[in-house]
Amino acid sequence: MAKTIERRDVVIVGGGPAGLAAAISAHEAGQTDILVLERDTQLGGILNQCIHNGFGLHTFKEELTGPEYAARYIERAAELGIEYRLGTMVIDISPERLVTAVSSADGITQVEAGAIVLAMGCRERPRGALATPGYRPAGVYSAGTAQRLVNIEGQMPGREVVILGSGDIGLIMARRMTLEGAHVACVAEIMPYSGGLKRNIVQCLDDFGIPLLLSHTVTRVEGRDRVEAVWIAEVDERMQPIAGTEVRYPCDTLMLSVGLLPENELSRDAGVQISPVTRGPVVDQSLQTSVRGVFACGNVLHVHDLVDYVSEEAAAAGANAARFVAQAQAETEADRGIPVVAEGGVRYTVPSFVSPQLMDDRLTVRFRVANVYRDHFVSVYLDDERIQHRKKRVMAPGEMESVVLRRADLLAREGLQRITVKLEEE
Amino acid sequence: MYDVIIVGAGVSGCAIARELSRHDCSVCVVERDEDVCCGTSKANSAIVHAGFDAEPGSLMAQLNVEGNRLMYEWARELDVRCDQCGSLVVCVSEDDREGLEVLRRRGEANGVPDLRIIEREELLGMEPNISDEAVAALWAPTGGIVDPFGLTVAMAENAAANGVEFRFCAPVSDVRRADGCWQVVAGGQALQTRAVVNAAGVYSDDIHSLFVGALGDADVAPAACGHVVPTDGFSIIPRKGEYYLLDTTAGQHVRHTIFMLPTKMGKGVLVSPTVHGNLIVGPTATDVEDKESTDTTAEGLAEVATKSALTVKNVPLREVITTFAGLRAHQSAHDFVIGEVAGDTGLFDCAAIESPGLTSSPAIGRMLADMVAGYVGAPEKAEWDGTRTGIPSVSDLSFDEWDALCQRDPAFGNVICRCRRISEAQIVDAIHRVPGARSLDAIKRRTFATAGRCQGGFCTPKIMEILERELGMSPQEVTKRGPGSELVVGYNKDRIAAPAGDAEGGEA
Amino acid sequence: MARETRELTCINCPLGCPLTVVLEDGEVISVTGNTCPRGESYGRKEVTNPTRIVTSSVPVDGSASERMVSVKTASDIPKDMIFDVVRALKDVRATAPVAIGDVVLADVCGTGVDIVATKGA
Repeated sequence: MAKTIERRDVVIVGGGPAGLAAAISAHEAGQTDILVLERDTQLGGILNQCIHNGFGLHTFKEELTGPEYAARYIERAAELGIEYRLGTMVIDISPERLVTAVSSADGITQVEAGAIVLAMGCRERPRGALATPGYRPAGVYSAGTAQRLVNIEGQMPGREVVILGSGDIGLIMARRMTLEGAHVACVAEIMPYSGGLKRNIVQCLDDFGIPLLLSHTVTRVEGRDRVEAVWIAEVDERMQPIAGTEVRYPCDTLMLSVGLLPENELSRDAGVQISPVTRGPVVDQSLQTSVRGVFACGNVLHVHDLVDYVSEEAAAAGANAARFVAQAQAETEADRGIPVVAEGGVRYTVPSFVSPQLMDDRLTVRFRVANVYRDHFVSVYLDDERIQHRKKRVMAPGEMESVVLRRADLLAREGLQRITVKLEEE
Repeated sequence: MYDVIIVGAGVSGCAIARELSRHDCSVCVVERDEDVCCGTSKANSAIVHAGFDAEPGSLMAQLNVEGNRLMYEWARELDVRCDQCGSLVVCVSEDDREGLEVLRRRGEANGVPDLRIIEREELLGMEPNISDEAVAALWAPTGGIVDPFGLTVAMAENAAANGVEFRFCAPVSDVRRADGCWQVVAGGQALQTRAVVNAAGVYSDDIHSLFVGALGDADVAPAACGHVVPTDGFSIIPRKGEYYLLDTTAGQHVRHTIFMLPTKMGKGVLVSPTVHGNLIVGPTATDVEDKESTDTTAEGLAEVATKSALTVKNVPLREVITTFAGLRAHQSAHDFVIGEVAGDTGLFDCAAIESPGLTSSPAIGRMLADMVAGYVGAPEKAEWDGTRTGIPSVSDLSFDEWDALCQRDPAFGNVICRCRRISEAQIVDAIHRVPGARSLDAIKRRTFATAGRCQGGFCTPKIMEILERELGMSPQEVTKRGPGSELVVGYNKDRIAAPAGDAEGGEA
Repeated sequence: MARETRELTCINCPLGCPLTVVLEDGEVISVTGNTCPRGESYGRKEVTNPTRIVTSSVPVDGSASERMVSVKTASDIPKDMIFDVVRALKDVRATAPVAIGDVVLADVCGTGVDIVATKGA
């Protein structure tokens, strides 16, 4: 490149809730040479279109809307004088932490980073990934796309709506569409339970008499140019449609809320190891990926349901990135630490490695469960010894869980080989 | 009065238009859809067939082999993505080995160069993911892959640059024959022409009948060229093919186009990389009634999944980003129907262009252009520019090259489709070309925006905004693929009653 | 005496207890099905005085960056007035500059609650 390569201590890829919290935390940890790269024309990420309330109960002890929650962080970043570039999309990250970005304003630019925080968020699973039979007409939208059309553009994607998938965005959009004058016929969910929060089922569906059809899926999309109807069938335990249960729902819109996928194409470019379960980077106690000096947080690491936890996690990643820069990258790569193993109903843990010597006094390990579990115990084992055993009334795949590891406990165990988080019936 | 009207702006119609534009004649392409490449041309395997399938001596065999050779030339002239990656017909049973020999001999009879039968070991070296059952394969180094949308668009643009007119949303509704000329009503407009080319894809039998029905007793003189189609016509059977398209993360799963040698158990499906770096798996072959039934079915998709495993191991179907179905214009004799309709009719059929129609299109274009130019007596132009430059694709460029484009036009720095990395400048370019994109899918065909792993989840609203801005449309006028496929239906609360009147609320 | 039974789902935690609330002459006489005190208070409030925050977005004029600005009721409004609030917002437009907290529509539907902007524009 003819242009000079900039050098910055901490480069943060993404200016959504994770990126902003990471930037603020890195600054508060003493690294002031921070650059946030954001591809959109404003900071705040997906929160800008999440205009409903319910954000920030943990962090601010009040109920904010998405834009308000984002504004708190944007204002704080501004107070700290954190530099950011909008309309700037990162197109490559090298394992040597050279970040290449493109923007209208500056064309291609390159920044050599002391540490990188990955905070690119996630994307929605599209219809194509479900291979739902039928035509491919206009009127099939992922819930997030519809949310943007309604909330940001002020446009109605349709009048008569069927929603597939009871993830929170789908539930939220059921209410949004209703309040903008559309009719939502039903929400179909292939699983026998909803992936959304109880609060959303009550306030977004029950309040408006919108039926939630559990163990149902869309088996066919009708309409060549624009959606004319969808067919919904009940499914069996193997999630296969049951013959004879198909019902035709005339509609002009099918909205999909069928899962979120961390967006890790850049991480892969950088050589970051990706977990097949979370589809996010494999990280250690400092949320550092398999590439030294590259940290990850928020939905790019694993999909969250509460932004408060994103902020909390991102703050840790930002502080650790700052610490990495301050220690002049003294840590050796050799030891990735003790593996944290997910077992018995625990799908994964973040982090998946812990170095007791390097961790804080307390470390939050977040995880998701594979099914709905009632009256089960969350247990933590250090090798074969159970050190935590906590009963939970209910756990569900839609809600993230966590345990806290104490440094002292881990250090007390000499020759510790593995830490196991699992669910037990008793 | 036009010299020639071409009915259908698919890959055949556009190839004919491009070749006719070499000649000094006025040409108009009428298309029922809103853009080029909206029928069979947009939903197929995107393969450049080597030419060993067709029966020696058939028109199909001749045009396939010639088309294969021309395709790589045209791709260079017209700046179209095309890759001579080679193809393999895989034999999965010792009992069927003889079938490979049959194919090789047939290919050689057709004039396909460099065919060779390779053994398992060599095959495994070329394709590490080949099935454990594979015993040998026919290697055809002239096989390849092409961008069918890019090819059709490029031929249309080149034709337009050389004077060919395009009319979209112009289905042919009425036809009259008077004084040795045709009067064609297309999209409500009455047009006159001396010659007509029927390149109407799955509707080519209907279009044939419509024109033949208008013929009078005067049109009985012998046809001007050697290829004659009887007036009583032919019947097109829409043959549905269903496909999976996998993410670029799976694009390297195979490196060549993998066909299965048909066995007693039937025909397999192909597994191939695409020029856009994806993996394509399909098609099925189901004869259907409805010429519009481009819907996928649970059975069809399941069949593709099962059959793909016969030749290739571990096709990562969890990486599927979309599924689609296309209709081939099959007719029972299984050969292309190309020629002048018997009599002095000025009516030329280009029909039953099923596989390998895409591969053959350059040769089809030449053949028909020669016939039609002869009929209308149009000499070649003294000057003709057969080259066309495509829309710059920033994702293919080095950082330096991309940066240089940004200096020229900052809109190259505004990435709209993040999955495929398509910039605003490319989308604007696609809109303002001739013929230009007027819908979301038209932009997809020209730039590949929305064709990535999120399938337009993030970029659809942004592209809608660009279409509104560049074409002065209202949001409700923006479509996915022409009238009837509007993307949004109104503004927020437009059906909510104002506070005073309670008649029409949104309550449940 | 008018006796009424209402079935609800508690929203306080993922447990989602099915609550049965019995009312007599509009007075709650029992809440059952809950597993914790939060369930009882939720049940009581939800049958006697259910309220909601309403969020929406309205067009904004004169903003270089935004077509719409998001809004909410500054505090809870009665649940049965959700659609009245939405109707009242039908023809409301904001004019830039708008800051978070700016009143876009005062005292919506006589509730005493303002509609305020939740985003700047």
